[in-house]
Amino acid sequence: MSLNVRSLTVGYGRSAVLSEFSLAVASGEFVVVAGPSGCGKSTLLRAIAGLIPFAGAISVDGVAVRGPSRDRALVFQDDGLLPWRTALRNVELPLALQGVPRSLRRSRAVEWLERVGLAGFEGYLPRELSGGMRQRVQLARTLAQQPSVVLMDEPFGALDAQTRSSMQELVTEVLAGTTTLFVTHDVDEAVLLGDRVVVLGAGEVERERDAILAAVKA
Amino acid sequence: MRWALRIGSVAVVLVLWQVLTATDTRMWLRFDQLPTVVEVAERFAVQVGGVEYYHDLGNSLARIMTGFLLAAVLGIAFGVLIARSPLLGDLLRPPLEVVRPIPAIALVPIAILLFPTDEQGIVFITFIAAFFPIMVSTRHAVRALPTIWEDAVRTMGASRWQVLFRVVLPGTLPGVFGGLSVGMGVAWICVISAEMISGQFGVGYRTWQAYTVVDYPGVIVGMVTIGLLGYLTSAAVELLGRRVTRWLPREALR
Repeated sequence: MSLNVRSLTVGYGRSAVLSEFSLAVASGEFVVVAGPSGCGKSTLLRAIAGLIPFAGAISVDGVAVRGPSRDRALVFQDDGLLPWRTALRNVELPLALQGVPRSLRRSRAVEWLERVGLAGFEGYLPRELSGGMRQRVQLARTLAQQPSVVLMDEPFGALDAQTRSSMQELVTEVLAGTTTLFVTHDVDEAVLLGDRVVVLGAGEVERERDAILAAVKA
Repeated sequence: MRWALRIGSVAVVLVLWQVLTATDTRMWLRFDQLPTVVEVAERFAVQVGGVEYYHDLGNSLARIMTGFLLAAVLGIAFGVLIARSPLLGDLLRPPLEVVRPIPAIALVPIAILLFPTDEQGIVFITFIAAFFPIMVSTRHAVRALPTIWEDAVRTMGASRWQVLFRVVLPGTLPGVFGGLSVGMGVAWICVISAEMISGQFGVGYRTWQAYTVVDYPGVIVGMVTIGLLGYLTSAAVELLGRRVTRWLPREALR
């Protein structure tokens, strides 16, 4: 379940959002990509997810990425849930797409919701849930999908401090051992969550607040 | 209290109508030519007691339902295809855009020439009338769909068809229902007009027929019937629309 990005370039010439970016994430590793807004963090994740065209090479376990697939799940900052589906049916969706029979996918989705602390909220629509709860549903959906790599795009950027810290705790717990690439502009979050921290434009830096700050500003 | 006010305002209009017509008032507008409320009510009671009335209702409803359902299916399909596929958009849009500004009712001569029976012609006119608002609303709704939902399901491994049925169609329903409501409205205008011109049965035909034989209460009965049918079918579309878009944020609902 290792992820390998070599000489990734998105866009052309001077308007390139990313150029010649390389990164290797070992199996089970949790890597945080930090950097200021607009530095290409989201673009990096979208390229790895296979949603946008790129130059260079991206591979998962040695298999080249050609387009989106269920082995690379993307967690969005907000609104990644389908608003017409209940929490339960959102979590069921990846299983439904894989053709898992209804009763089986239902019971699994219930379990995943329970795992993220949302037992009892199965029948709620996204608009009836708080921002933090919606992110929990997204997390449950991602877990249900059982991808090789989890890509998280500032998933807690829109949450208040308290909710964010409980979500960070949850993520460390449920994604332990899952190959994860986590994007954030929050230096403290990077230090807290990452096994390793990479700053876009500066490369890998020490997992330490001042080192990251210095790299981000450089 | 508000209901009392609403019912009261309708009652005032009816009383005014009765007074103006019963006293043969003529003040530039010639109310003496019109039947009174009582005459219309009596005529209504007679018609509702007869078979012909329901026969006409059934005919008009069958025509509008056939035309409207065809328009809904094809309007949604074409709207999605044009919005999602640049190739099909280039192929289908120009001819459709040429026909679109022509009011459907102006196609009556073509419909009479083209179709073996008047019945099919009327359904065709109704279909054309409802098709364009449905197609255009669907196209806009598909274009306005947030890409994040599609990205989300694609990274779950969804195929093109799964994206279409799991994201595009449900996500565009609010916009599509806007088009269906408008489509139902213009479909009624056109089915009634077409019946008046070339029908043999139906509420529109009967209303015009009543006029030509100087049965003015019958004309009003026809008009009221058309109004009721229009109201009921629009309400049905509205109700269905609200049921399937309950997920919308509350602010967007009326």
